[in-house]
Amino acid sequence: MYRYDDYDHTIVQARVAQFRDQTRRYLAGELTDDEFRPLRLQNGLYIQRHGPMLRLAVPYGLLSAAQLRRFADIARRYDRGFGHFTTRHNLQLNWVKLPEVPQILAELSQDELHAIQTSGNCIRNVTTDHFAGVAADEIADPRPWAEILRQWSTFHPEFAYLPRKFKVAISGAAEDRAAIQVHDLGLQLVQGEAGEIGFKVYAGGGLGRTPLLGQVVREFLPWPHLLTYTEALVRVFNRYGRRDNAYKARIKILVKALGREEFARQVEDEWSHLKDGPSTLTTAEVDRVAAQFRAPTYETFAADDLCHLAHLREDKAFSRWVERNVQAHKVAGYAAVTLSLKKPGTPPGDATSEQMAAAADLAQRYSFGEIRVSHEQNLILADVPQRELYTVWHRAKAAGLAAPTVGLLQDLIACPGGDFCGLANARSLPLAAAIQERFEDLDYQHDIGELELNISGCMNSCGHHHLGAIGILGVDKNGEEWYQVTLGGQQGNHASIGEVIGRSFAAIEVPDVVERLIGVYLTTRHTEERFIDTVQRLGIEPFRSAAYPNPNHSRRVANA
Amino acid sequence: MRNLQTRQIIKERRLQDDVWKVVNLVDGQAEIDVCLPVGPLLVPLAVWKARKSCLIAREYEHGTPLGIWLSPEDDPAEIAKDIDDFTVIAVHFPKFTDGRGYSTARLLRERYGYDGELRAFGDIGRDQIFFLNRVGFDSFLIGEGHNAEEAIAAFDDFPEAYQTGTDLPIPLFRRRAA
Repeated sequence: MYRYDDYDHTIVQARVAQFRDQTRRYLAGELTDDEFRPLRLQNGLYIQRHGPMLRLAVPYGLLSAAQLRRFADIARRYDRGFGHFTTRHNLQLNWVKLPEVPQILAELSQDELHAIQTSGNCIRNVTTDHFAGVAADEIADPRPWAEILRQWSTFHPEFAYLPRKFKVAISGAAEDRAAIQVHDLGLQLVQGEAGEIGFKVYAGGGLGRTPLLGQVVREFLPWPHLLTYTEALVRVFNRYGRRDNAYKARIKILVKALGREEFARQVEDEWSHLKDGPSTLTTAEVDRVAAQFRAPTYETFAADDLCHLAHLREDKAFSRWVERNVQAHKVAGYAAVTLSLKKPGTPPGDATSEQMAAAADLAQRYSFGEIRVSHEQNLILADVPQRELYTVWHRAKAAGLAAPTVGLLQDLIACPGGDFCGLANARSLPLAAAIQERFEDLDYQHDIGELELNISGCMNSCGHHHLGAIGILGVDKNGEEWYQVTLGGQQGNHASIGEVIGRSFAAIEVPDVVERLIGVYLTTRHTEERFIDTVQRLGIEPFRSAAYPNPNHSRRVANA
Repeated sequence: MRNLQTRQIIKERRLQDDVWKVVNLVDGQAEIDVCLPVGPLLVPLAVWKARKSCLIAREYEHGTPLGIWLSPEDDPAEIAKDIDDFTVIAVHFPKFTDGRGYSTARLLRERYGYDGELRAFGDIGRDQIFFLNRVGFDSFLIGEGHNAEEAIAAFDDFPEAYQTGTDLPIPLFRRRAA
């Protein structure tokens, strides 16, 4: 992974000192709330229901074991011993104290960690594929490009006060696992006609109040121009994005208003002035960064370890875990393991300090000292020898990290919701728990198979509900929590936005509704068809009818 | 907007007296009706466009230097041809969270080749100085309620930067390689 040199250290240390002084001035009354707000947000610090929430950056989802231990330590000493991994790879701490934040940042910086630009109207943490570097379908490793973009966007002087936040995702594989089409800027690594690397550029995707898929604004951008082109694109956004209404300030609204072609033309025009300038990337720089993401020194193993095969035959629980939580690796004898952060009764993505430390130990011992955070809110050990899987499973189980449900219902995605977040209209977590409990039976879950269920507590869509095969959105009606259900959303290459099925439900109704929707699938599915496939084949009508069995059923359901 | 006559600005990393007055166009007022007092003036873009020849005549006849101020909406391309006429170009920040002026500054410096005084004024304080300086501003009229003296320290907030700026025309990755 990328390790800081003196330049990187100098810059992060300067930020620690700067924020220490800003916090001091705020606490001394020299900065007003309004003046301090954008400054603290650009350090990931929100004021939430229970006090400040601090969002720590995990650039493109990659952590060393030492960094994860540092998180565990910070959560233990400055918070309540747990943290929440988000859909954008970051870690949120919900109970920090403002005067202690400068010290937290100082300690984080010792392990090359920070909270830079994890919030605010600036360029946010770049996200990518959690199987980067190990996926068999990879065209090129996206991580060096994500790191190059991280450096370029860090304290970019022109783009600290954009109309709204700006999120970038990058995918280097045939299958998009980074949801690039729902980002402000989505980059797909592709090969040109002569085999050269470049990017297919999507702009204007996003969820929120106006969910839109990104549009292709450039079919092929040769890699040397990544930074100059991105600078041109963000400049067009900075100059012409709406600033009169926060809900219309994302770049997607600008792209939609101008139309794809006109927007692309303006970017090209701006770029013509920047192209081939000093920010044009060099082979030397790309090689320097790429060298830090070189594959570890793999051992040579047989493709199938005999003991592993025996465990698979003899231990049903293990084989079930392997089936769901272990992914093929491009190197024979290795596998990628997902450590699940999902279990009923615990908010999706939450990990205790003990779990973080346990995961760090597993990474240290079995996966070359590195671990990743996926946007599905799980942790990934990307390089585990197949012969160690049985041991890893046992240890993960002991740490409560081995729920064999990756991709199944229990693996649902949810934002922290109204229990924690000041923006939420409704709570997400009790609903997530109720659904997880309803479908707790593993045989039932495995029978249902892959199903993405996403819950957001408000229109900001941190739970990506638009992308769930079943999406649930918390809405506020006269001070009560209601939940709107969408169907047919999908991430990946065939990304689609879910469609609302009808009037919203009381919290208590939702598990029944989910069960009825799944019932339609179970009775009508074809062989090998996933839930989403059946929805796409049949359309949402049969599901809608099942969800509202009694059309006269009024809204007067008890909203317990 | 305030009369700037008795104010001090930050320039060359120290406080200096400022002689420039900001001329405003009141709502509904025609450009031609705006009073142009004696002395160096920063006029709005609309006034510049409407009264270019009389402003230039002031310079020729009285040696009064020319200045202009741009709002966040103003396109600096509109003064590209006149750019060498100005002694001061000021960019207004009605709210410090409105970042359009940063792009305006880079365009003036990097695309239109402006090398005179480039001033930021309005709702700006210590915590904006570092970035403002990097995009090409070299004078700063700090907003009310901010301590201009203390703001000077902000030039040194970061000793290094990844990207290019008017202060660092070569990005770090090229300097790293050198």
